[in-house]
Amino acid sequence: MLKINNLQARVENGTRILKGIDLEVKPGEVHAIMGPNGSGKSTLCQVLGGRDGYEVTGGTVEYMGKDLFELEPEERAREGLLLGFQYPVEIPGVKNIYLLKEAYNAQRKHRGEPEADTFQFLKLVREKLQMMQMDESFLHRAVNVGFSGGEKKRNEILQMLVLEPKLALLDETDSGLDIDALKIVSEGVNKLRSPDRAIVLVTHYQRLLSHIEPDFVHVLSAGRIIKSGDKTLAQELERSGYQGIIEEAA
Amino acid sequence: MSANALSQHYAEQLRQVRDGLPAELPEWLAGRRRGAAQRFADAGFPDPRQEEWKYTNVRPIATKPFATASADVPVSSDAIAGLGFEGLDAYRMVFVDGRFRTEFSDLDGLPEGATVRSLSAMLSGDTARLEPLLGTLAHDRFSSFAAANMAFMSDGAVILLGKGVRIERPIHLLLVGSAGSPATWSHPRILVQAAEGADVTIVEHYADLDGASGFTNTVTELRAEAGAQVRHYLVQDHADSAYHVGSVFVQQRRDSRVTSHNVNLGGRLVRHDLNIDLTEPGAEIELNGLFLVGGRQHVDTHTRVHHSSPHTTSREQYRGIGQGHGRGVFKGRVLVERGAQKTDAQQHSANLLLSPNAEIDTKPELEIYADDVKCAHGATVGQLDETSMYYLRSRGIDAEAARGMLVFAFADEVLERMELAPVRTSIERRLAARLPEAGAMDVIG
Repeated sequence: MLKINNLQARVENGTRILKGIDLEVKPGEVHAIMGPNGSGKSTLCQVLGGRDGYEVTGGTVEYMGKDLFELEPEERAREGLLLGFQYPVEIPGVKNIYLLKEAYNAQRKHRGEPEADTFQFLKLVREKLQMMQMDESFLHRAVNVGFSGGEKKRNEILQMLVLEPKLALLDETDSGLDIDALKIVSEGVNKLRSPDRAIVLVTHYQRLLSHIEPDFVHVLSAGRIIKSGDKTLAQELERSGYQGIIEEAA
Repeated sequence: MSANALSQHYAEQLRQVRDGLPAELPEWLAGRRRGAAQRFADAGFPDPRQEEWKYTNVRPIATKPFATASADVPVSSDAIAGLGFEGLDAYRMVFVDGRFRTEFSDLDGLPEGATVRSLSAMLSGDTARLEPLLGTLAHDRFSSFAAANMAFMSDGAVILLGKGVRIERPIHLLLVGSAGSPATWSHPRILVQAAEGADVTIVEHYADLDGASGFTNTVTELRAEAGAQVRHYLVQDHADSAYHVGSVFVQQRRDSRVTSHNVNLGGRLVRHDLNIDLTEPGAEIELNGLFLVGGRQHVDTHTRVHHSSPHTTSREQYRGIGQGHGRGVFKGRVLVERGAQKTDAQQHSANLLLSPNAEIDTKPELEIYADDVKCAHGATVGQLDETSMYYLRSRGIDAEAARGMLVFAFADEVLERMELAPVRTSIERRLAARLPEAGAMDVIG
C-alpha cells in the first residue's frame, strides 16, 4: 500500500531533516513511528501529506502503486491517504458539517459515486459523532474554532471515521490529550482498524500504544529509522528511553 | 475652480430646479432646496484633492449627462419581483428611477401610530411634519452630493413611528434603476424617525433592471429617540455599470440602539458615507459592513462615529474582498468628544485580496479627547491563509473549492450578524455568484 524508499527531504532551502527513510506498510497493518523531538516525525507526515515548504531531495514514495509526489494534497486524500494533524487548523466561518460534507462528496465524486444528500449524510455523521462521544452541536460550530485540545483531536478522528481512509496517518494524535480524551480518541482509532486499512501512528510517547496495539514499531532518530520491531519495542523504549536505543544503534 | 466643477449640463439642470420649484412648495422647503442648489453649484462635484475624496474620483459621474426620469417607465411586476429577497415577509415600497410606484408596493396592515408613505405624497399634503426632519440631520460638509440630493430631490420614503410603536415585519424599500435612455439619475431621500421606545427594521435595497447604468444619489436621515431600536440594512446590489452615492445620517438619543448592515455587491463606482451621532448616554450603534469588488468596480465607504455624549458605545466590523482589478476603500473615523467619558468604541476592518491587481485601502482614524474611554481598532489586508488552504485540501477538497469556502467564510462572519434570514441567504447566494469559485457554495444547515 505504502512503500517509502530511501526518502530524503528538507525544509525548503533549509536543513536536511529526513536522511533516508525506508518503510513498507501493507493493508491491515498498524505501524507506530516513535522518536524524540526533532527526529523528523512531523516532517515525514507533512511530506506524505503534500504540504508546501518541504523539498524532497531523494528517494521515492509509492502509494497504491502510484508515485505519491505526482499527486496534489487533495488527490492524495481522495485516493484514501488521510493525515490527522498534530495541530488541527481553526477555520473561522466554515462549519464543521460543511467541511465534512464537502470532503465526503469530493471523495465520492472521485470514485464516480453519487453525492450524498444532506439527509443521508447527517445520518452517517450522527453515528460517527456518537462513537467519538461528540455532541451534535459540534457540527454547527466553525471548524476547530474554540475547541479544546482534546476536542480538536476528536474532531480529526471524526473526520477519519466519516471519510474512511485506506491509509490513516496520525501525527501526534495523542499530544495534548488528558486520560479520558486519550481513551476516546484511541477507541476511535481502533474502530478504524480493518483488514483492508492501514494505520500509521506517529507519536512521541508510548502511552498511546497501550490503547492502540501496533503490529510494528519503528524508532526514528535524526531522520532515519534506526530500529524496527513489534510492540515489545515500544515497551523497551518505555524502560530505557530513546537514548538507550539510539546508543545501541550507533 | 474645482476640477470637478459642474458641466454645462448640470449647471442647466440646477437652474431648472431653482427656477422651477412649484409655487405651492412651503417656504421652508423652497428655501432649503434653493440653498442646497446654491451650495452644490458653488462646490461642484467632490474632488480627489479633498481629503474625504482622496481615493475616489467621481469624474465618470460628473462628465456624464444624467437626467431625471420624467415619467414612470413601464416595468413588469415579474421583473420587480425578481429583484426582491425570496421569502422575505415585509411591507414593501418600490421606487423605479427614484419614483414611488404604488402598484408594486404593499403597505397594508401597518400598526396604528406608524406612518409609512412616499415623500412625494407627504409633500403634497402633510408638510408640517416634515419640517423638523427633512434636511435637518443631513449636511454637506463631507460631500456635496448631499446638497445635490436636496436640490434635485423629488421622492423617497418617510417612516415615522410614534412612541412605543413596534413594527414586527420589516419595511423593504426597493429602489430600482431602469434602463432609461438617456441614463437617469435619481435622488431619493429616506426619512426615519423612531420615537421613544419604537422598534423597526428597514431594508434599504438598491438593484437594477437589466441594462441599467444610471446614477443613484441617496440620502437617509434616521433618528432614534430614547430607547428606540432600529435595524437598518443597506444592500447595494446594482448592475456593475451603475453609479451610486449614498449618505446616511443617524442621530441617536438615550439608550437607543441602531444596527447597520451595509452590504455592497454591485456598482461601477460606489461611495457611502455613514455619519453617526451618539448624542446621549446609553446610545449604542453596531456597524457591520461587507463589500466585494471585482472587475473594474470601485467601492469606497467612509464611516464617522461621533461619540458626543458619555456612556456611548460603538461596535464596528467592516470586511472587504478584492478580486480582478477591483478597488475598495474603507475609512473609519471615531471621534470621542472631550466630555464623552466611558465611551466604548471598537472598530475592526479586515480585507482579503484575491488577485494581485486588486487594491484595498483601509484607514482607521481615532480622535479621542476624553481620558476615561475604551477604544480599540484594528485593520488588516491579507491573502487567504495558506495553512487553512492546506488543511482543507488535505481533506480532499480541491484548491478552487477550498478557496471559495474560505472567502465565503470570511464574508459570512459579517453576514451572519443579520437577523433577517431571507436577506442574508439571498445576499450569500448573490455573493457566491460573484465569486469565481461559485460552484462550492451550496450552504447547508
